[in-house]
Amino acid sequence: MTRRARERALTLSLYAVFLAIVVVFVLLADWEAISENFFLAEGFTGTWRSMILVAAKNTILYTIVAFVGGFVLAMVLVLMKLAPIPPFRWLATAYIELFRGLPALVVILFMGFGVPIAFGWRPPGGVVGAGLVALMMVAGAYMAETIRAGIEAVPKGQAEAARSLGMNGSWTMASIVMPQALRIVIPPLTNELVILLKDTSLLFVLGMAASQQELTVAARNFMSTGPSAGTATSLVFAALLYLAITLPLTQLVAWMERKQKRSR
Amino acid sequence: MGEQLHPTQTIDERAPAIEVRDLHKSFGDNEVLTGIDFTVDHGTVVCVVGPSGSGKSTLLRCVNRLEEPTSGQILVEGIDITDPDTELDRVRSRIGMVFQQFNLFPHMTVLRNLTIAQQRVKRRGRAEAEKIARANLEKVGLAEKVDAYPAHLSGGQQQRVAIARALSMDPDMMLFDEPTSALDPELVGDVLDVMRALARDGMTMMVVTHEMGFAREVGDKLVFMDGGVIVEEGDPTEVLANPQHERTQAFLSKVL
Repeated sequence: MTRRARERALTLSLYAVFLAIVVVFVLLADWEAISENFFLAEGFTGTWRSMILVAAKNTILYTIVAFVGGFVLAMVLVLMKLAPIPPFRWLATAYIELFRGLPALVVILFMGFGVPIAFGWRPPGGVVGAGLVALMMVAGAYMAETIRAGIEAVPKGQAEAARSLGMNGSWTMASIVMPQALRIVIPPLTNELVILLKDTSLLFVLGMAASQQELTVAARNFMSTGPSAGTATSLVFAALLYLAITLPLTQLVAWMERKQKRSR
Repeated sequence: MGEQLHPTQTIDERAPAIEVRDLHKSFGDNEVLTGIDFTVDHGTVVCVVGPSGSGKSTLLRCVNRLEEPTSGQILVEGIDITDPDTELDRVRSRIGMVFQQFNLFPHMTVLRNLTIAQQRVKRRGRAEAEKIARANLEKVGLAEKVDAYPAHLSGGQQQRVAIARALSMDPDMMLFDEPTSALDPELVGDVLDVMRALARDGMTMMVVTHEMGFAREVGDKLVFMDGGVIVEEGDPTEVLANPQHERTQAFLSKVL
Protein backbone atom coordinates (compact mmCIF):
# COMPACT_ATOMS: atom_id res chain seq x y z
CA MET A 1 0.00 0.00 0.00
CA THR A 2 1.18 3.50 -0.67
CA ARG A 3 1.59 5.89 2.20
CA ARG A 4 -1.46 7.81 1.08
CA ALA A 5 -3.62 4.71 0.88
CA ARG A 6 -2.51 3.70 4.38
CA GLU A 7 -3.50 7.09 5.76
CA ARG A 8 -6.88 6.91 4.07
CA ALA A 9 -7.50 3.42 5.44
CA LEU A 10 -6.65 4.60 8.96
CA THR A 11 -9.04 7.56 8.72
CA LEU A 12 -11.83 5.34 7.40
CA SER A 13 -11.38 2.76 10.14
CA LEU A 14 -11.48 5.50 12.83
CA TYR A 15 -14.81 6.71 11.42
CA ALA A 16 -16.07 3.11 11.36
CA VAL A 17 -15.21 2.63 15.04
CA PHE A 18 -16.96 5.89 15.94
CA LEU A 19 -20.06 4.88 13.99
CA ALA A 20 -20.11 1.47 15.66
CA ILE A 21 -20.00 3.10 19.12
CA VAL A 22 -22.93 5.36 18.23
CA VAL A 23 -24.97 2.45 16.83
CA VAL A 24 -24.33 0.26 19.87
CA PHE A 25 -25.28 3.13 22.21
CA VAL A 26 -28.53 3.86 20.32
CA LEU A 27 -29.49 0.17 20.22
CA LEU A 28 -28.65 -0.64 23.82
CA ALA A 29 -29.92 2.56 25.51
CA ASP A 30 -33.28 2.28 27.25
CA TRP A 31 -34.85 5.33 25.64
CA GLU A 32 -38.09 4.97 27.52
CA ALA A 33 -36.37 4.94 30.89
CA ILE A 34 -34.23 7.88 29.89
CA SER A 35 -37.11 10.08 28.77
CA GLU A 36 -39.32 9.15 31.72
CA ASN A 37 -36.68 9.62 34.38
CA PHE A 38 -34.64 12.51 33.03
CA PHE A 39 -36.89 14.40 30.64
CA LEU A 40 -40.41 14.22 32.03
CA ALA A 41 -42.19 17.18 30.41
CA GLU A 42 -44.18 18.10 33.53
CA GLY A 43 -40.90 18.33 35.39
CA PHE A 44 -40.05 21.37 33.29
CA THR A 45 -43.46 22.96 32.71
CA GLY A 46 -44.64 22.53 36.28
CA THR A 47 -41.54 23.72 38.17
CA TRP A 48 -39.91 26.43 36.05
CA ARG A 49 -41.22 29.23 38.23
CA SER A 50 -39.48 28.02 41.39
CA MET A 51 -36.50 26.66 39.48
CA ILE A 52 -35.74 29.83 37.50
CA LEU A 53 -37.33 32.73 39.38
CA VAL A 54 -36.29 31.54 42.84
CA ALA A 55 -33.54 28.92 42.67
CA ALA A 56 -31.51 30.14 39.68
CA LYS A 57 -31.93 33.72 40.88
CA ASN A 58 -30.61 32.76 44.33
CA THR A 59 -27.70 30.84 42.83
CA ILE A 60 -26.67 33.92 40.86
CA LEU A 61 -27.21 36.20 43.84
CA TYR A 62 -25.09 33.97 46.14
CA THR A 63 -22.37 33.78 43.51
CA ILE A 64 -22.20 37.56 43.16
CA VAL A 65 -22.20 38.16 46.91
CA ALA A 66 -19.43 35.59 47.47
CA PHE A 67 -17.43 36.89 44.50
CA VAL A 68 -17.56 40.54 45.50
CA GLY A 69 -16.79 39.72 49.14
CA GLY A 70 -14.02 37.36 48.07
CA PHE A 71 -12.53 40.01 45.78
CA VAL A 72 -12.43 42.62 48.54
CA LEU A 73 -10.84 40.09 50.90
CA ALA A 74 -8.34 39.12 48.17
CA MET A 75 -7.28 42.75 47.69
CA VAL A 76 -6.69 43.07 51.44
CA LEU A 77 -4.63 39.87 51.40
CA VAL A 78 -2.59 41.08 48.42
CA LEU A 79 -1.84 44.40 50.12
CA MET A 80 -0.80 42.47 53.24
CA LYS A 81 1.50 40.34 51.09
CA LEU A 82 3.12 43.54 49.80
CA ALA A 83 3.42 45.09 53.27
CA PRO A 84 6.89 46.20 54.40
CA ILE A 85 6.42 44.49 57.78
CA PRO A 86 6.97 40.70 57.67
CA PRO A 87 4.20 39.69 60.17
CA PHE A 88 1.54 40.98 57.75
CA ARG A 89 3.07 38.94 54.97
CA TRP A 90 3.20 35.82 57.15
CA LEU A 91 -0.41 36.26 58.17
CA ALA A 92 -1.59 36.63 54.57
CA THR A 93 0.48 33.63 53.44
CA ALA A 94 -0.83 31.49 56.30
CA TYR A 95 -4.42 32.46 55.49
CA ILE A 96 -4.03 31.74 51.79
CA GLU A 97 -2.34 28.38 52.32
CA LEU A 98 -4.91 27.34 54.95
CA PHE A 99 -8.00 28.11 52.91
CA ARG A 100 -6.62 26.78 49.66
CA GLY A 101 -5.72 23.58 51.43
CA LEU A 102 -9.15 22.89 52.95
CA PRO A 103 -12.17 21.47 51.12
CA ALA A 104 -14.77 24.23 50.70
CA LEU A 105 -17.36 21.90 52.21
CA VAL A 106 -15.44 21.69 55.48
CA VAL A 107 -15.24 25.49 55.70
CA ILE A 108 -18.97 25.78 54.96
CA LEU A 109 -19.85 23.29 57.70
CA PHE A 110 -17.49 25.05 60.08
CA MET A 111 -18.98 28.48 59.48
CA GLY A 112 -22.56 27.20 59.21
CA PHE A 113 -22.59 25.06 62.34
CA GLY A 114 -19.27 25.12 64.20
CA VAL A 115 -18.78 28.83 64.71
CA PRO A 116 -22.44 29.67 65.51
CA ILE A 117 -22.53 26.93 68.14
CA ALA A 118 -19.20 27.85 69.68
CA PHE A 119 -19.69 31.61 69.91
CA GLY A 120 -23.44 32.04 69.74
CA TRP A 121 -22.92 33.88 66.44
CA ARG A 122 -26.14 34.64 64.56
CA PRO A 123 -25.03 35.08 60.97
CA PRO A 124 -27.00 37.65 58.92
CA GLY A 125 -29.34 35.76 56.60
CA GLY A 126 -29.24 32.74 58.88
CA VAL A 127 -27.25 29.65 58.12
CA VAL A 128 -27.06 30.57 54.41
CA GLY A 129 -25.37 33.84 55.38
CA ALA A 130 -22.77 31.85 57.27
CA GLY A 131 -22.30 29.62 54.24
CA LEU A 132 -21.75 32.66 52.04
CA VAL A 133 -19.12 33.96 54.44
CA ALA A 134 -17.40 30.57 54.11
CA LEU A 135 -17.48 30.76 50.30
CA MET A 136 -16.06 34.31 50.47
CA MET A 137 -13.23 33.17 52.72
CA VAL A 138 -12.27 30.37 50.36
CA ALA A 139 -12.70 32.42 47.17
CA GLY A 140 -10.67 35.27 48.70
CA ALA A 141 -7.68 32.96 49.20
CA TYR A 142 -7.73 31.76 45.58
CA MET A 143 -8.31 35.22 44.14
CA ALA A 144 -5.48 36.69 46.22
CA GLU A 145 -3.05 34.27 44.58
CA THR A 146 -4.46 35.12 41.14
CA ILE A 147 -4.16 38.88 41.69
CA ARG A 148 -0.66 38.56 43.12
CA ALA A 149 0.38 36.64 40.01
CA GLY A 150 -1.16 39.44 37.92
CA ILE A 151 0.88 42.06 39.75
CA GLU A 152 4.04 40.06 39.19
CA ALA A 153 3.20 39.82 35.49
CA VAL A 154 3.36 43.62 35.12
CA PRO A 155 6.89 44.40 33.91
CA LYS A 156 9.14 45.87 36.64
CA GLY A 157 9.98 48.76 34.32
CA GLN A 158 6.46 50.12 34.73
CA ALA A 159 6.89 50.80 38.43
CA GLU A 160 10.44 52.05 37.80
CA ALA A 161 9.23 54.56 35.22
CA ALA A 162 6.57 55.84 37.61
CA ARG A 163 9.05 56.10 40.50
CA SER A 164 11.60 57.86 38.30
CA LEU A 165 8.96 60.52 37.60
CA GLY A 166 8.68 61.10 41.34
CA MET A 167 5.44 59.20 41.96
CA ASN A 168 5.38 57.58 45.39
CA GLY A 169 4.83 53.89 46.08
CA SER A 170 1.05 54.05 46.66
CA TRP A 171 0.33 56.15 43.58
CA THR A 172 2.50 53.87 41.51
CA MET A 173 0.60 50.83 42.76
CA ALA A 174 -2.84 52.43 42.38
CA SER A 175 -2.55 54.10 39.01
CA ILE A 176 0.19 52.24 37.16
CA VAL A 177 0.60 48.65 38.42
CA MET A 178 -2.91 47.70 39.63
CA PRO A 179 -4.85 48.76 36.51
CA GLN A 180 -2.52 46.67 34.35
CA ALA A 181 -2.56 43.73 36.78
CA LEU A 182 -6.36 43.67 36.95
CA ARG A 183 -6.57 43.66 33.17
CA ILE A 184 -4.30 40.62 33.13
CA VAL A 185 -6.33 38.75 35.76
CA ILE A 186 -9.83 39.33 34.34
CA PRO A 187 -9.86 35.96 32.51
CA PRO A 188 -8.61 33.89 35.49
CA LEU A 189 -10.97 35.79 37.81
CA THR A 190 -13.87 34.93 35.51
CA ASN A 191 -12.85 31.29 35.79
CA GLU A 192 -12.91 31.82 39.55
CA LEU A 193 -16.47 33.12 39.16
CA VAL A 194 -17.50 29.94 37.33
CA ILE A 195 -15.98 27.76 40.04
CA LEU A 196 -17.72 29.83 42.70
CA LEU A 197 -21.05 29.47 40.91
CA LYS A 198 -20.68 25.71 40.99
CA ASP A 199 -19.55 25.78 44.61
CA THR A 200 -22.76 27.52 45.71
CA SER A 201 -24.30 24.04 45.30
CA LEU A 202 -22.33 23.03 48.41
CA LEU A 203 -24.56 25.31 50.49
CA PHE A 204 -26.98 22.42 50.04
CA VAL A 205 -25.61 20.81 53.24
CA LEU A 206 -26.80 23.69 55.39
CA GLY A 207 -30.53 23.30 54.83
CA MET A 208 -32.47 26.40 53.92
CA ALA A 209 -35.91 28.04 53.85
CA ALA A 210 -37.94 27.77 50.64
CA SER A 211 -37.25 31.35 49.62
CA GLN A 212 -33.49 30.85 50.09
CA GLN A 213 -33.19 27.71 47.98
CA GLU A 214 -30.55 27.64 45.30
CA LEU A 215 -30.56 25.33 42.29
CA THR A 216 -29.18 22.15 43.79
CA VAL A 217 -31.46 22.19 46.84
CA ALA A 218 -34.48 23.01 44.70
CA ALA A 219 -33.66 20.22 42.26
CA ARG A 220 -33.21 17.78 45.13
CA ASN A 221 -36.61 18.74 46.57
CA PHE A 222 -38.36 18.35 43.23
CA MET A 223 -37.05 14.81 43.06
CA SER A 224 -39.36 13.85 45.92
CA THR A 225 -42.23 16.32 45.57
CA GLY A 226 -44.04 18.13 42.74
CA PRO A 227 -44.95 17.08 39.22
CA SER A 228 -41.77 15.15 38.47
CA ALA A 229 -41.39 13.47 41.86
CA GLY A 230 -39.73 10.11 41.74
CA THR A 231 -37.65 11.04 38.68
CA ALA A 232 -34.36 12.87 38.16
CA THR A 233 -35.90 15.36 35.74
CA SER A 234 -35.35 18.27 38.15
CA LEU A 235 -31.64 17.45 38.33
CA VAL A 236 -31.40 17.60 34.55
CA PHE A 237 -33.28 20.91 34.68
CA ALA A 238 -30.82 22.27 37.25
CA ALA A 239 -27.88 20.98 35.19
CA LEU A 240 -29.18 22.76 32.09
CA LEU A 241 -29.63 25.99 34.05
CA TYR A 242 -26.07 25.77 35.46
CA LEU A 243 -24.74 25.25 31.94
CA ALA A 244 -26.81 28.15 30.61
CA ILE A 245 -24.81 30.40 32.96
CA THR A 246 -21.37 28.76 32.95
CA LEU A 247 -20.96 28.04 29.22
CA PRO A 248 -21.28 31.69 28.11
CA LEU A 249 -18.82 32.65 30.85
CA THR A 250 -16.20 30.08 29.84
CA GLN A 251 -16.64 31.13 26.20
CA LEU A 252 -16.15 34.74 27.28
CA VAL A 253 -12.91 33.76 29.04
CA ALA A 254 -11.66 31.95 25.93
CA TRP A 255 -12.48 35.02 23.82
CA MET A 256 -10.73 37.39 26.23
CA GLU A 257 -7.64 35.17 26.33
CA ARG A 258 -7.45 35.08 22.53
CA LYS A 259 -7.79 38.86 22.46
CA GLN A 260 -5.06 39.36 25.07
CA LYS A 261 -2.72 37.03 23.19
CA ARG A 262 -3.25 39.02 20.01
CA SER A 263 -2.60 42.39 21.64
CA ARG A 264 0.83 41.28 22.87
CA MET B 1 13.01 76.92 43.70
CA GLY B 2 12.39 76.84 47.44
CA GLU B 3 11.45 73.18 47.24
CA GLN B 4 12.27 71.22 50.40
CA LEU B 5 14.43 68.30 49.27
CA HIS B 6 16.18 67.61 52.55
CA PRO B 7 15.59 68.90 56.12
CA THR B 8 19.06 70.45 56.37
CA GLN B 9 20.83 70.26 53.01
CA THR B 10 19.94 72.69 50.24
CA ILE B 11 20.74 72.82 46.55
CA ASP B 12 24.25 74.09 46.01
CA GLU B 13 24.42 75.98 42.70
CA ARG B 14 28.19 75.58 42.51
CA ALA B 15 28.18 71.83 43.11
CA PRO B 16 28.34 69.49 40.10
CA ALA B 17 25.01 68.21 38.80
CA ILE B 18 25.98 64.69 39.81
CA GLU B 19 28.87 63.68 42.03
CA VAL B 20 29.53 60.03 42.87
CA ARG B 21 31.96 59.19 45.67
CA ASP B 22 33.39 55.71 46.24
CA LEU B 23 30.20 53.96 45.13
CA HIS B 24 29.92 50.23 45.76
CA LYS B 25 27.00 48.05 44.77
CA SER B 26 26.56 44.32 45.31
CA PHE B 27 23.79 41.94 44.36
CA GLY B 28 24.25 39.21 46.95
CA ASP B 29 27.85 38.05 46.64
CA ASN B 30 28.25 39.63 43.24
CA GLU B 31 29.96 43.03 43.50
CA VAL B 32 28.89 44.96 40.41
CA LEU B 33 30.38 48.36 41.26
CA THR B 34 33.66 48.39 43.12
CA GLY B 35 34.45 51.97 44.03
CA ILE B 36 33.23 54.51 41.48
CA ASP B 37 34.16 58.21 41.66
CA PHE B 38 33.04 60.61 38.99
CA THR B 39 31.18 63.85 38.30
CA VAL B 40 28.81 65.26 35.75
CA ASP B 41 29.01 69.06 35.47
CA HIS B 42 26.00 71.25 34.73
CA GLY B 43 25.20 71.56 31.06
CA THR B 44 27.49 68.75 29.96
CA VAL B 45 26.85 65.42 28.28
CA VAL B 46 28.66 62.45 29.79
CA CYS B 47 28.53 59.18 27.84
CA VAL B 48 29.21 55.92 29.66
CA VAL B 49 30.35 53.00 27.53
CA GLY B 50 31.66 49.54 28.23
CA PRO B 51 31.01 45.84 27.69
CA SER B 52 27.76 44.34 28.98
CA GLY B 53 28.02 43.42 32.64
CA SER B 54 30.49 46.22 33.27
CA GLY B 55 28.07 47.89 35.71
CA LYS B 56 27.29 50.98 33.62
CA SER B 57 23.51 50.58 33.80
CA THR B 58 23.70 49.83 37.52
CA LEU B 59 25.70 53.02 38.02
CA LEU B 60 23.10 55.04 36.13
CA ARG B 61 20.25 53.46 38.10
CA CYS B 62 22.01 54.28 41.38
CA VAL B 63 21.96 57.98 40.47
CA ASN B 64 18.19 58.16 41.05
CA ARG B 65 18.29 55.27 43.49
CA LEU B 66 16.32 52.79 41.43
CA GLU B 67 19.16 50.64 42.73
CA GLU B 68 20.09 51.00 46.38
CA PRO B 69 23.85 51.65 46.67
CA THR B 70 25.65 49.29 49.05
CA SER B 71 28.01 52.03 50.18
CA GLY B 72 29.33 55.37 49.04
CA GLN B 73 27.72 58.72 48.37
CA ILE B 74 25.74 60.17 45.48
CA LEU B 75 25.25 63.93 45.48
CA VAL B 76 22.72 65.45 43.12
CA GLU B 77 23.17 69.24 42.98
CA GLY B 78 24.94 68.99 46.31
CA ILE B 79 22.25 66.97 48.09
CA ASP B 80 23.19 63.52 49.30
CA ILE B 81 20.48 61.23 47.95
CA THR B 82 21.82 58.25 49.88
CA ASP B 83 20.83 60.04 53.09
CA PRO B 84 17.57 58.52 54.43
CA ASP B 85 16.20 62.00 55.24
CA THR B 86 16.28 63.07 51.60
CA GLU B 87 12.86 63.53 49.99
CA LEU B 88 13.65 60.96 47.33
CA ASP B 89 10.45 61.37 45.30
CA ARG B 90 11.07 65.11 44.96
CA VAL B 91 14.68 64.60 43.96
CA ARG B 92 13.61 62.00 41.41
CA SER B 93 11.09 64.39 39.88
CA ARG B 94 14.05 66.66 39.03
CA ILE B 95 15.95 63.83 37.29
CA GLY B 96 14.47 62.65 34.01
CA MET B 97 15.06 59.00 33.16
CA VAL B 98 14.75 57.25 29.80
CA PHE B 99 14.80 53.44 29.71
CA GLN B 100 15.96 50.94 27.14
CA GLN B 101 12.47 49.41 27.02
CA PHE B 102 10.70 52.84 26.92
CA ASN B 103 8.33 51.82 29.76
CA LEU B 104 5.44 53.95 28.59
CA PHE B 105 2.24 53.22 30.50
CA PRO B 106 0.33 51.01 28.04
CA HIS B 107 -3.10 51.62 29.56
CA MET B 108 -2.92 55.39 29.05
CA THR B 109 -2.91 57.64 26.00
CA VAL B 110 0.28 59.47 25.09
CA LEU B 111 -1.15 62.66 26.58
CA ARG B 112 -2.01 60.95 29.89
CA ASN B 113 1.46 59.39 29.98
CA LEU B 114 2.84 62.91 29.93
CA THR B 115 0.40 64.55 32.36
CA ILE B 116 -0.11 62.02 35.16
CA ALA B 117 3.12 62.71 37.04
CA GLN B 118 2.89 66.46 36.36
CA GLN B 119 -0.51 66.52 38.06
CA ARG B 120 0.29 64.11 40.88
CA VAL B 121 3.84 65.12 41.68
CA LYS B 122 4.15 68.70 40.48
CA ARG B 123 0.55 69.51 41.46
CA ARG B 124 -0.08 71.20 38.15
CA GLY B 125 -3.65 71.74 36.98
CA ARG B 126 -4.89 69.68 34.10
CA ALA B 127 -4.89 72.49 31.54
CA GLU B 128 -1.36 73.55 32.40
CA ALA B 129 -0.09 69.96 32.39
CA GLU B 130 -1.64 69.33 28.98
CA LYS B 131 -0.17 72.52 27.57
CA ILE B 132 3.32 71.51 28.73
CA ALA B 133 2.77 67.96 27.44
CA ARG B 134 1.77 69.21 23.99
CA ALA B 135 4.77 71.53 23.84
CA ASN B 136 7.13 68.65 24.64
CA LEU B 137 5.48 66.34 22.12
CA GLU B 138 6.00 69.11 19.58
CA LYS B 139 9.66 69.19 20.57
CA VAL B 140 10.12 65.46 19.84
CA GLY B 141 8.11 65.74 16.61
CA LEU B 142 5.06 63.74 17.71
CA ALA B 143 2.43 66.43 18.30
CA GLU B 144 -0.14 64.49 16.27
CA LYS B 145 0.10 61.41 18.52
CA VAL B 146 -1.44 62.93 21.67
CA ASP B 147 -4.44 60.59 21.66
CA ALA B 148 -2.66 57.43 20.51
CA TYR B 149 -1.94 54.51 22.80
CA PRO B 150 1.69 53.36 23.09
CA ALA B 151 0.95 50.00 21.43
CA HIS B 152 0.12 51.85 18.22
CA LEU B 153 3.49 53.62 18.04
CA SER B 154 6.76 52.35 16.63
CA GLY B 155 9.63 51.76 19.02
CA GLY B 156 11.31 54.99 17.97
CA GLN B 157 8.11 56.95 18.50
CA GLN B 158 7.60 55.33 21.91
CA GLN B 159 11.10 56.30 22.95
CA ARG B 160 10.58 59.89 21.84
CA VAL B 161 7.32 59.99 23.81
CA ALA B 162 9.25 58.64 26.79
CA ILE B 163 11.74 61.49 26.43
CA ALA B 164 8.87 63.99 26.18
CA ARG B 165 7.35 62.44 29.32
CA ALA B 166 10.59 62.97 31.24
CA LEU B 167 10.95 66.52 29.88
CA SER B 168 7.43 67.41 31.02
CA MET B 169 8.66 67.33 34.62
CA ASP B 170 11.14 70.14 33.82
CA PRO B 171 14.10 68.06 34.97
CA ASP B 172 17.46 69.60 35.78
CA MET B 173 19.20 66.63 34.22
CA MET B 174 18.42 63.52 32.18
CA LEU B 175 19.60 59.93 32.54
CA PHE B 176 19.51 57.69 29.45
CA ASP B 177 19.84 53.93 29.92
CA GLU B 178 20.77 52.51 26.49
CA PRO B 179 17.95 54.49 24.87
CA THR B 180 18.47 53.11 21.35
CA SER B 181 19.47 49.51 22.11
CA ALA B 182 15.96 48.10 21.71
CA LEU B 183 15.28 49.92 18.45
CA ASP B 184 15.37 48.75 14.87
CA PRO B 185 18.40 50.37 13.19
CA GLU B 186 16.32 52.66 10.96
CA LEU B 187 14.57 54.16 14.01
CA VAL B 188 17.72 55.00 15.98
CA GLY B 189 18.39 58.23 14.09
CA ASP B 190 15.19 60.01 15.13
CA VAL B 191 15.84 59.31 18.82
CA LEU B 192 19.46 60.45 18.59
CA ASP B 193 18.30 63.64 16.82
CA VAL B 194 16.04 64.45 19.76
CA MET B 195 18.89 63.82 22.20
CA ARG B 196 21.25 65.96 20.12
CA ALA B 197 18.75 68.83 20.22
CA LEU B 198 18.47 68.45 24.00
CA ALA B 199 22.23 68.63 24.37
CA ARG B 200 22.32 71.75 22.18
CA ASP B 201 19.77 73.37 24.51
CA GLY B 202 22.22 72.82 27.36
CA MET B 203 20.55 69.89 29.13
CA THR B 204 22.77 68.02 31.59
CA MET B 205 22.84 64.43 30.36
CA MET B 206 24.30 61.12 31.48
CA VAL B 207 23.99 58.59 28.67
CA VAL B 208 24.75 54.87 28.85
CA THR B 209 25.09 53.93 25.20
CA HIS B 210 26.69 51.81 22.52
CA GLU B 211 26.44 54.64 19.95
CA MET B 212 30.09 55.66 19.68
CA GLY B 213 29.29 58.16 16.92
CA PHE B 214 26.86 59.95 19.22
CA ALA B 215 29.38 59.90 22.08
CA ARG B 216 32.08 61.44 19.90
CA GLU B 217 29.84 64.07 18.35
CA VAL B 218 27.69 65.15 21.31
CA GLY B 219 29.58 64.01 24.41
CA ASP B 220 31.69 66.36 26.49
CA LYS B 221 33.17 63.45 28.39
CA LEU B 222 33.45 59.74 27.73
CA VAL B 223 33.65 57.25 30.59
CA PHE B 224 34.77 53.72 29.85
CA MET B 225 33.77 51.12 32.44
CA ASP B 226 34.76 47.49 32.79
CA GLY B 227 34.44 45.06 35.68
CA GLY B 228 32.72 47.53 38.00
CA VAL B 229 35.32 50.29 37.80
CA ILE B 230 35.99 53.30 35.60
CA VAL B 231 38.96 52.25 33.51
CA GLU B 232 39.42 55.46 31.58
CA GLU B 233 37.69 58.79 31.08
CA GLY B 234 38.28 61.93 29.12
CA ASP B 235 37.45 63.88 25.97
CA PRO B 236 35.44 61.50 23.72
CA THR B 237 37.41 62.17 20.53
CA GLU B 238 40.65 61.68 22.43
CA VAL B 239 39.61 58.45 24.17
CA LEU B 240 38.10 56.93 21.04
CA ALA B 241 41.05 57.81 18.81
CA ASN B 242 43.77 57.14 21.30
CA PRO B 243 42.70 54.86 24.16
CA GLN B 244 45.37 54.63 26.85
CA HIS B 245 44.28 51.51 28.64
CA GLU B 246 44.57 48.03 27.18
CA ARG B 247 41.00 47.09 28.15
CA THR B 248 39.64 50.20 26.44
CA GLN B 249 41.61 49.33 23.32
CA ALA B 250 40.27 45.77 23.33
CA PHE B 251 36.69 46.98 23.71
CA LEU B 252 36.93 49.71 21.10
CA SER B 253 38.55 47.40 18.57
CA LYS B 254 35.43 45.23 18.83
CA VAL B 255 32.78 47.92 18.53
CA LEU B 256 34.30 50.49 16.18
